[in-house]
Amino acid sequence: MFVEDFAEVMYTNTMKKVNILYIGRHLEILQTVIRLINKQDNWYAQGVLKDDEAKAIFAESNFDIVLLGCGILEQEEESLRSFFEKQQPHCRIVQHYGGGSGLLTSEILLALE
Amino acid sequence: MENTTIPQENALTHYELHKANTRGHANHGWLESYHTFSFANYHNKDRMNFGVLRVLNDDRVNQGMGFGKHPHDNMEIISIPLEGDLEHQDSMGNTTVIKEGDIQVMSAGTGIFHSEYNKNKDQLVKFLQIWIYPNKKNVTPRYDQVTLDLSDRHNKLQQILSPNPEDAGVWIHQDAWFHIGKFDNMHTANYQLNKSGNGVYAFILKGDFTIGGVSLNERDGLGIWDTNSFEITSNSDGAEILLMEVPMQL
Repeated sequence: MFVEDFAEVMYTNTMKKVNILYIGRHLEILQTVIRLINKQDNWYAQGVLKDDEAKAIFAESNFDIVLLGCGILEQEEESLRSFFEKQQPHCRIVQHYGGGSGLLTSEILLALE
Repeated sequence: MENTTIPQENALTHYELHKANTRGHANHGWLESYHTFSFANYHNKDRMNFGVLRVLNDDRVNQGMGFGKHPHDNMEIISIPLEGDLEHQDSMGNTTVIKEGDIQVMSAGTGIFHSEYNKNKDQLVKFLQIWIYPNKKNVTPRYDQVTLDLSDRHNKLQQILSPNPEDAGVWIHQDAWFHIGKFDNMHTANYQLNKSGNGVYAFILKGDFTIGGVSLNERDGLGIWDTNSFEITSNSDGAEILLMEVPMQL
């Protein structure tokens, strides 16, 4: 499943924004994380539940940060990390903890430093 | 992490002092919160964590107000009420109230939603919200709370959390041990770490203490590592301290 908050975000603007891909297995948490990120003017996030969807999206555009959310098994994480690092070595891959707003901003800001 | 050395016998060799007034502060009207570590809009790259201790929020919530339904995952979340009654509801079907003397824990694991409200109509609720990185990701979410005997912490350290379900207090998915003590003036206690390589974050709940030559006042925090034990001395009557022993590496 592919989720994005496109109410106020035009694709043309995403080129100037920090582009973030979130992968996690819990739909409600995924929707919450995407909503929280897209509230920020300079950030744009897309979220997926499945790894093959993540890889397909990742292959199509440049990402600054990948957030790995809950429910991703160790082997799946290794495969994702390997794929992302090979495709876009500049992209930061961050384990997202907490599931909500508390740590999200810190994690993204830290990744951008 | 800053490595500070002081040339005193029995003094701490490695520590990091966080004075209360250097914490992040957020006032949302209904909620006033002090953040020891970076959280929400408070971002300080030098204050990200102490080992696996990632969040230490000192929250005050107005009467009848609270945190609406929100998610958590992959985090051990501990709430310690200091004053007032805090009502908790979660997606596992739990509806509970915790008060001073209780400790609450949630292992968020694969994901949960919950809400927290001040149940009181006539007073603030004050509580600590503590987040610990787990030693295992994607565990089945769980909730627990324990009522502690407050007399068991008078002039001694009462264990309130450990990694072991059979031990005193609540348990979490991490090699962490928490203790609270309430001391008469000039009382000294020794803390022996449970696991080699762990550190201890001391947080002063009330009054004044000295730890290894470092003077601490209410709501100051002191991270200590590279030691197996240390002494704490109270410098006021009724002084209360929370010790959080945690692994220094995730």
